[in-house]
Amino acid sequence: MIERFEDVIIQTLCRFLVPFMQIYALYVIAHGHSSPGGGFQGGCILAASFVLLVIAFDLKEAKRRMTEKLNTIFTSLGVFIYAGTGWVCLILGGNFLDYSKLSKILPVDSVHARYHGMLYIEIGVGIGVMACMISIFLNLVTRGRHEEALEDKDLWNT
Amino acid sequence: MIWQLDLMLLTFVTICAIAAITVKDLLSAVVLLGAFSFFMCLLWNEMGSVDVAFTEAAVGAGVSTAFFVAAVYNMTRRTKD
Amino acid sequence: MKFLSLIIALVTGALLIYGAQDFPNWADPNSPPSIWVSNRYIEKAFEETAVPNLVTAVLADYRGYDTLFETVVIFAAGVSVVMLLRRPRKE
Repeated sequence: MIERFEDVIIQTLCRFLVPFMQIYALYVIAHGHSSPGGGFQGGCILAASFVLLVIAFDLKEAKRRMTEKLNTIFTSLGVFIYAGTGWVCLILGGNFLDYSKLSKILPVDSVHARYHGMLYIEIGVGIGVMACMISIFLNLVTRGRHEEALEDKDLWNT
Repeated sequence: MIWQLDLMLLTFVTICAIAAITVKDLLSAVVLLGAFSFFMCLLWNEMGSVDVAFTEAAVGAGVSTAFFVAAVYNMTRRTKD
Repeated sequence: MKFLSLIIALVTGALLIYGAQDFPNWADPNSPPSIWVSNRYIEKAFEETAVPNLVTAVLADYRGYDTLFETVVIFAAGVSVVMLLRRPRKE
């Protein structure tokens, strides 16, 4: 799981599968209003696509696409988008998380402003859940020692 | 609500849960927990709560199985008792 | 010790089954959750929020605080795993 395991079938299959999983996850997040799904499920599917990348390739390949600093930023950004939407509603004169007040800055009426407010918080939940799941998985699988795992050292002796 | 389907899924859920705590190999227990989550997802879907079933399929059968595999990978595979 | 834990598990299971006797039947239209607040959500949610999926409407709009702190719990879990497990290499 940590050192590179060359298998052309698994790697080619994952290379084809991962974009479709991510497109499906984005569909689940964006279409959560009309069909089952939402930010939590979509974020979990996004994280699962990343986990598949780590399992099929190696940690170096995965960290090249999602560095640790970016992942940490995403972890906080999810909660920030959610709470920030609530604060914007508060500044515009409503209660906390009262999305109908968003119609003052969006070109829609107050009913559809609630629709759009829900879309924003779903995006926030999706980003936060994805980054949290990725960071939990990477820390569990390398026992918190990313640098040693990147150099293919024997983790049992460090 | 079809009670035959309900009974069949509930039997599978019970079998997976009992097998997951009796098996000695921890990796087998993880896979059995994934199967448990999947049958639980089918059961919820059959009860009509599609959102809960979707969450169970994404979290219980997908991501948490990967977490457990990652934890077992850093541990011994055999349990003591 | 194993015998004791078996007895504790059996007693807890019996208490749970005894407690579940008072539950309303599955999909009972006269049960308290069905007659209290869910009728208002079913009748008014679409015209108030224009969202066809009632679960998303209740989860993200009417119960927004709940979902906010659910996200905060996930965030706290991720941060605490990083704090507990992450060992940066000492130079």
